[in-house]
Amino acid sequence: MLSVKNLKVSYGCIEAIKDVSFEVPSGKIVTLIGANGAGKTTTLRAVSGLEKTTGGTVFFQGKEITNMEAHRLVPLGISHVPEGRRIFPTLTARENLELAGWTIKDKKQVARRMEEVFFFFPRIKERASQLGGTLSGGEQQMLAVGRAMVTGGSLLLLDEPSMGLAPVLVEEIFEKIVEINRKGTTVLLVEQNAAEALDIADFAYVLEVGYTTISGPAKQIAADPRVREAYLGV
Amino acid sequence: MDSVINAQQIVNGLQLGSIYALIALGYTMVYGIVRLINFAHGDFYMVGAFAAYGAFYLFNAYLGSGGVLAFVVLILAMAASAAIAQLANRLAYKPLRYKPRLSSLVTAIGVSMFLEYLFSALPVIGPNPRGFPEIIPKRMFTVGSAEISNYVVIDITVAAVLMVGLTLLIRRTALGKAMRAVSQDKDAARLMGIDVEKIISATFLIGGAFAGAAGLLAGMTYPRIQPYMGILPGIKAFIAAVLGGIGNIPGAVLGAYIMGLAETFATSYNSLLGEGIAFVILILVLLVRPTGLLGEKTADKI
Ligand SMILES: Nc1ncnc2c1ncn2[C@@H]1O[C@H](COP(=O)(O)OP(=O)(O)OP(=O)(O)O)[C@@H](O)[C@H]1O
Ligand SMILES: [Mg+2]
Repeated sequence: MLSVKNLKVSYGCIEAIKDVSFEVPSGKIVTLIGANGAGKTTTLRAVSGLEKTTGGTVFFQGKEITNMEAHRLVPLGISHVPEGRRIFPTLTARENLELAGWTIKDKKQVARRMEEVFFFFPRIKERASQLGGTLSGGEQQMLAVGRAMVTGGSLLLLDEPSMGLAPVLVEEIFEKIVEINRKGTTVLLVEQNAAEALDIADFAYVLEVGYTTISGPAKQIAADPRVREAYLGV
Repeated sequence: MDSVINAQQIVNGLQLGSIYALIALGYTMVYGIVRLINFAHGDFYMVGAFAAYGAFYLFNAYLGSGGVLAFVVLILAMAASAAIAQLANRLAYKPLRYKPRLSSLVTAIGVSMFLEYLFSALPVIGPNPRGFPEIIPKRMFTVGSAEISNYVVIDITVAAVLMVGLTLLIRRTALGKAMRAVSQDKDAARLMGIDVEKIISATFLIGGAFAGAAGLLAGMTYPRIQPYMGILPGIKAFIAAVLGGIGNIPGAVLGAYIMGLAETFATSYNSLLGEGIAFVILILVLLVRPTGLLGEKTADKI
């Protein structure tokens, strides 16, 4: 469904992504794991159009989308929950969700999806009229995932959804990700929390300072001694 | 001389404040969305005044003078200033959007000077001041101790209607929500599928249109127009926006009315003081409360 080949991204003269290639098959969960600064966020931003690439190609559902603008990729089916959640602080939770329906002409459809989000995250329903900036970290994360559910992409990019959450909430978020995937959404998950990510993923890629190095089925990666030592702390 | 602060001065101050408010809103909206202090904004107001002048002479023969003509002239003045604002946005500001901010600031000063010199050089306009026609016949009436003209009522009403409209737009409509979102986080807005450039254009158009309305009202109220007429009101409206907290919409309106009143009171006391009071206010704000009156609350920075 998503195919990234020899991706390169630079910030000024610093090349953050030097050669990254990976595949996300339809219906699966694929995870990118890697240390701080390895280039995980940059890779996701390049896929969703927030960052310009300096080399390589990105294909989505057979169509080349390299360097397409982010707002055009949303209606094609790419939903990106960015690092740090990026909730609009002075918009209410409800308004945050409504905006996620921006490209959807049929507003009844938006309303239906918002109901789904409220059903999925009852906490967000309770907090619907609260300002985004005043939600707790966990609530903001749920809202960020909720927004992606309203945009309704067939591919969901998640950048460290567990960041800053208490262990109970981490469990909950990962359960929700699996549930979203079961309903038919393909997931590309970036995580520091490698153990949890490998646990729910079908395939995994290891990113090291701008290169994809090790890859394979998640079970196999989780058993790889290099990965166990560097990312799983065993 | 009785007290400096009397009903007459308050009415005059509110009238001047209404015009400042319309200009200050454009400053503050554009700043909120692209963090640009658009120094050409006062010149968009000047363009509005000349567009109104031209529209009057084009349509006067068909519509006579009065309400219908005034309405047509208002719409055309708003359209002209909106068009100039959008042109400046597209040609001058957009290419520099994500470059260091100093570049767009200098460019804004360039756009401002360009418009002033262009209008002075155009044979149909020229550098000399000209009188502004009485689009609606002026009438005076007495309320208590104050002499009020129908222009006072028109200025305050037009400004109020436009400001209420803007508030509804920003609070209630999808475009308004998108404008708030873009002013807070452009990348997050893109991920919602929002075309950020379109929202920025809409902001320039609305800000420009408001400046155009102010141009017409100022032309009617202080009936002399010339190509440099935008400089001082532009600076004063900018100070009003800073006083209210730049980027904050209610702040710009509050700041503008304070400026209008302060300037009117100060002028009636001493005309030189009236000229300088705006700058006194600016210095005081920067010293005492640089974020402006409403700048600290998490109100929308658009
Ligand atoms: N806007 C930027 N300007 C310059 N360099 C940047 C920018 N964003 C990221 N980088 C650099 O690019 C490299 C990759 O960063 P990236 O954010 O993609 O890492 P990451 O794998 O997501 O790390 P983390 O796990 O800490 O989030 C880092 O060296 C970082 O310093
Ligand atoms: Mg990251």
